[in-house]
Amino acid sequence: MTITLDDLVLVLTECAGADDDVTLNGQNLDLPFTDLGYDSLALLETAALMKHRFGVELTDEEVTGIETPREFLDRVNHAAAQAA
Amino acid sequence: MTLATPEAQETPERTGRPTAVITGIGVAAPNGLGTEQWWQSTLSGTSGIGPVVDYDASRYPSRLVGRIAGFEAAEHIPGRLLPQTDRVTRLALVAGAEALADADANPAELAEQDGYGEYGCGVVTSNATGGFEFTHREIRKLWTQGPQQVSVYESFAWFYAVNTGQLSIRHKLRGPSGVLVSEQAGGLDAIGQSRRTLGQGVKLSLTGGMDSSLDPWGLVSHLASGRLSRSDDPATAYLPFDTRAAGQVPGEGGAMLVLEEETAARARGARVYGEIAGYAATFSPRPGSGRPPGLERAARLALADGGLGVEDVDVVFADAAGLPTADDEEAAALRALFGPYGVPVTAPKTLTGRLFGGGAPLDVAAALLALRDGVIPPTTGIDRPVPEHRLDLVRATPRQAPLRTALVLARGHGGFNAAVVVRSPETA
Repeated sequence: MTITLDDLVLVLTECAGADDDVTLNGQNLDLPFTDLGYDSLALLETAALMKHRFGVELTDEEVTGIETPREFLDRVNHAAAQAA
Repeated sequence: MTLATPEAQETPERTGRPTAVITGIGVAAPNGLGTEQWWQSTLSGTSGIGPVVDYDASRYPSRLVGRIAGFEAAEHIPGRLLPQTDRVTRLALVAGAEALADADANPAELAEQDGYGEYGCGVVTSNATGGFEFTHREIRKLWTQGPQQVSVYESFAWFYAVNTGQLSIRHKLRGPSGVLVSEQAGGLDAIGQSRRTLGQGVKLSLTGGMDSSLDPWGLVSHLASGRLSRSDDPATAYLPFDTRAAGQVPGEGGAMLVLEEETAARARGARVYGEIAGYAATFSPRPGSGRPPGLERAARLALADGGLGVEDVDVVFADAAGLPTADDEEAAALRALFGPYGVPVTAPKTLTGRLFGGGAPLDVAAALLALRDGVIPPTTGIDRPVPEHRLDLVRATPRQAPLRTALVLARGHGGFNAAVVVRSPETA
């Protein structure tokens, strides 16, 4: 199982909302979440929903250390591979 | 102040304090979302009280609420804020934005200007019940799906201070800020605290109050107070100072006001609705103590704070509890202050129900517009006023009158009393 960018966008939007200002896509995978308008709480919420939906668990420390969407996807997919 | 008495002019607090003027008003009320819509409803006696429609309330002993109909949060605030805000915060954000726009004030821009700086604008609000609807949903998740499913935003979305926090973030109001929780008196306490921050480096302070707790759980909590009317007739359920008074109707909403130091407001060419000339708060003794309630004292202290006497007051916006004993106490305080039938008294909240932390700022907004338009809004539905009260209650229809000074009273359950004196802007 691989968690894709589309999965992340879906979950992030569900957790922290969306607006027209910034859209997360393949072009800005390396932009910090803070520049994309998502704070640490949004990421904690997203990680909680990821666990619920994909069974992938990240510790709070891991989540708060994540800065970009690419890092987030790397982390959850690494955790998913470990769990498999 | 030209009408100040000599004694009052010697009061150091009065002479040392900058004049606090209101330059913007934003309203979210059951009978009108937006200031002008609400004010027209208020003058025409259009009520926002009706039966609960969002869920089946037929088994509740009280089924009437003052609900803001047709409020679609997504039309007013950014999508990013929706997952982290309760209905009360969305209402506060809408009214706060309206007040700042009405004042033509952009705190982010003001922060760049001389005399303001990063901490030159603050926000002080009142809230009495927190974010009920949000918490109701999250608590249901907690017991049905477990703690992992509870939103992280529950950590602050429920909280009394959340309206202040979200307004601060959204409008870059980084100066001295706070929240006041003293039930219905809280809205006046917030205005008093906001005024106190002026002159401490603060030039502008967004203030007021907002409450919304009419979801099933919220309504149950209001029922537990024992103060709700059990009537099913929206026109007669909440009748303060009437012989049929038998409780209150809970409502949602409130008002946000832009308070500015007068010199700063004039310097940027702001339109001024009026001045917060006086404020005071007192605490009533415990029931059965034999000592009098503190409302009259709050009014006297607020007038003294403004260097004004009772003869200066042109109209009183009453707390109007709608409970016989509390109404008797307020009428007694008004007689002691002004004499029998000594001043016009009104309570336009008969059209909205009681709004808790949001109620008194809405009354202050009504007072400011009453001064502007020379008209006292009516207390609707009062056909049989209690004769012993001997109040000059403005009933049924608005009353035209030249107005310069209004006294706004509020009592919060638990012994809180507060009074604010609002004055017309000085004309050059």
